Order: sequence, then C-alpha cells, then structure tokens
Amino acid sequence: MKVRIPLAITFITAAVLIAIFFTPHHLGEQIQARISDWLRVVGGLGLVLGIYSLLQTHLRKVARRSRDWGFSLVAVVSFAIMAVLGIGWGIGQGTSFNWVFNNVYAPLDATMFSLLAFFVASAAYRTFRARTVEAALLLTAAIVVMFGRVPLGEMIFPKAPDVAEWIMAYPTTAAKRAILLGVTLGSVAMSLRIMLGIERSHLGGE
Amino acid sequence: MTLERLLQIDRRIIFVLMALAVAIPLITGITFDPGQTPPTKAVYDYIEGLKPGSVLVIVFDYGPASMPELDPMAAALIRHGLSRGLRVVGLTLDIQGAVLGDDVLNRVGREMRKESGVDYVNLGYQPGYTAVILGMGEDIGKVFQTDFAGRPYDELRITRGLRTFKDIGLIVDLASSNTPTTWIAQAHERYNATLATGVTAVMATDYYPYLQTNQLIGLLNGMKGAAEYEKLVNHPGLGMRGMVAQSISQFLIIALVIFGNIVYFISRRRQRRPPGTGG
Repeated sequence: MKVRIPLAITFITAAVLIAIFFTPHHLGEQIQARISDWLRVVGGLGLVLGIYSLLQTHLRKVARRSRDWGFSLVAVVSFAIMAVLGIGWGIGQGTSFNWVFNNVYAPLDATMFSLLAFFVASAAYRTFRARTVEAALLLTAAIVVMFGRVPLGEMIFPKAPDVAEWIMAYPTTAAKRAILLGVTLGSVAMSLRIMLGIERSHLGGE
Repeated sequence: MTLERLLQIDRRIIFVLMALAVAIPLITGITFDPGQTPPTKAVYDYIEGLKPGSVLVIVFDYGPASMPELDPMAAALIRHGLSRGLRVVGLTLDIQGAVLGDDVLNRVGREMRKESGVDYVNLGYQPGYTAVILGMGEDIGKVFQTDFAGRPYDELRITRGLRTFKDIGLIVDLASSNTPTTWIAQAHERYNATLATGVTAVMATDYYPYLQTNQLIGLLNGMKGAAEYEKLVNHPGLGMRGMVAQSISQFLIIALVIFGNIVYFISRRRQRRPPGTGG
C-alpha cells in the first residue's frame, strides 16, 4: 500500500494532464488552472523544505564543531540577518534588504563566478591540445568563434563575425539539435517509466 | 627555460596576465564598435514594429552571477521599450531575479522620467516555473495578484486589458538557466506567445535551433548581444565597456592555447628523435 497509492496517484495525475493537453474543452482548462494553482503552492512549499534542509545541515555542523563549522555559522547568521531584514522591513526599493542584496550578495556572487575566467585561462593553456584530427578541428572552430565574437577580431578581419555566426548557426546547431532530440526522447522514456511505475527511485524504494 | 618548464608554467602568472587583460580596459574606459548580428537585430526590429501601448514583458530569470551579461541587456531592452511608448512589464521565475529586475527597471524608468505602475511595473516572483506560465495563459492577474511593491494587479493602469498571452506584444526571457525552453514549450507552443530570449554566451548554442524554427524571433547572445543592443538604442553602457575587457581576455586565451600547442608539438618532436641525433 505504501508504494501502490503513490504510484496510483502518479499514474492518474499524469493521465489526466496528458488528456487535458490534447483536449480543447473548457472543463479541461478549468482542471488545468486548478492543478497550476496547486503546483505553485507545492513550489512554494519546496522552498520551505529547502530552507529547512539548509538550516538543519549547517546547524548540525555548528553544534558538533565539525570541520569548517565557522563557515556554517556564517551561513546561518547571514540567513537570519536577511530573513529579519526582509520580513521586518520589506524587500522593495530603499530597504535594508535591498541594499545588502545589491551591495553585498550580488557583488560576492558575481565575483565567485568571475573566478572561472582565471581557471579557464589556466586550463586552456595546460590541456587544450590538438592531439588528434578531431581535437584540432574542435580547437580551430573554437578559436574562430572566439575571434569572431569580439570587436577586436572584427577590426583585424572584417569577415570574422560572419564566419563565427555561420559556425554557430549551421554545424553547431545541427549537433545541438541532434543532442536535443536525444535528450527529449530520453525524457519521454523516463516520464513513461515514472508514469507506469517502472521507475520508483523518486519514492525512495528500489 | 626548457620546453617542459614552459608547459608547466606557474598558473599564478596566467592569473596575473588575465587580471591585467580584464582590469586595464575597464580602467581606461575605452569602447569598441560591437558590430551587429542578425539574431540581435531581429529582436530590435520586432520591438520597433510594436505599436505604442503594446506590452513588452521582460522576464528576469537570472541571478547575480550572470548580471554582467544580462543586466546590460535588460537595461537596453527596457530603455528601448519605454522610448517606443510600450508598456514594460517585468516578472521572474527565479527568486533572485525579483530584486535584480526591480533594481534595473526602476533605475532606467527613473532615468527616463517614466512612472511606475503607468509606464512600467515589476510583477515580481512566483514559484512554480511551468505552473506560472500555464497560469498566465489563463489569467495573468490570478497568478500575479499584486506587483513587487504590493499594489493590487487590477488597480494598476499599466495592467488594464492585460489578462493573457494574447495581450502581450513580445516576451523576452533573460535567462542564465534553461527557462527559455520552458517558455517555448508552454507559452509559445500552447498559447502562441511571441518570444525572444537573452542568454549567457555559453548557453547561446542551445537556442539557435529554436531560432531557425522561428519558435524564437530573436536571440541576444551574451555580453556581445548586450553591447550590440546598446549600440542599436544609441546608449552605450556596461555591455560596450565590458566588450573591450572580454576582447582582450579572449585574445589572451587564444594566444595561450596557440602558444601551448606550439610548445607541446616542439617538445613532442624532440622526444621522438632517436637518441644521439643531436639538436
């Protein structure tokens, strides 16, 4: 029963949603509207679950004085500060929350992502080697696209942007479309497995 | 320095070169002409063709990590929409985008002396991704019952007559994740909404297939797309300034890759020579 009821719910819900998708009837639209409302409620609850999980993990590390517990303490204190500021004084223009978000969090997050540029440059120098014909073709295409995607490249060779755009629009898109088709077919297959109860990993079972 | 040492050069030297390549252009403040590509021009031309009073929806589906590429796009699009007399409506499916979008909307709106709630509005964030889009297809006011500032949707002048996708001229999804795919699958395929997207440069290749099938009417590709759009609306900003730093740093990476391969092949040729054959 513990497994059969969730599987039944999964199958019935999926069947109803598929039927609604292909049925242009006003009753189907009303059902879809109700389900969309419920999905948004569940999405909001998912946020609450995520916060609970985050706090539980970090508070446990602080309580046990595990390795790097100081960073967990920073995470919990930061969360508390932002929660108090946001709930207490709002998050709109001119609020403290807005100031901290735009002047502390946003620059920090952008900086973390910017570190990638340095590691990409180092990795490119050490590992991008044209060891085979295929690797040489890939490297050449990458260099041509990088060259054509910046204004300096166009100043040196005026046709560079057109060549880069051609590579993006034709060979790259052809490969991307093939990958997209494969991924989509895989998603359909996985969805059918979940719907029919063959795939049960989401239930925590075997 | 031996060839092997060159191949194993301390990465801190590369870090310093990259830091200089990025910092010097930004400090000097010079800009280059970013040129123009058809996908960016397509977005511009479409917005130019919208009648004054039409609705332009900008979806801020990005966080601070992608701000350098997507924020200049947002600013240029908002500026274009407001200068054409369009009603600019912002919203987001990514919680971080709510504050970022509010910031850029109000910044550009105040600069252009436009009124919030009349010329532009930020509807804020709603959880649920697909459910939000499906809900908007039925009634936008039911999904976003208030705007980000807490004003009731039905009491705003800007939202009069704006109930479903049929009432929207163009939706531009500025994304750092795969939300454009969801917008295409739900808003375009089910409700025939007209879509364009602006994405980070690494994601652009994912959306060229949709351009070719006309599921997207245009595509803004990374910081270059932002710079091109700033040039089209005649308002240079962070996009154009950032392109100089990006140009120099990309050239540095190209130079490092070519140099690394030259050193590697010379080193390999030397290793293959039989012993005692000099050189």
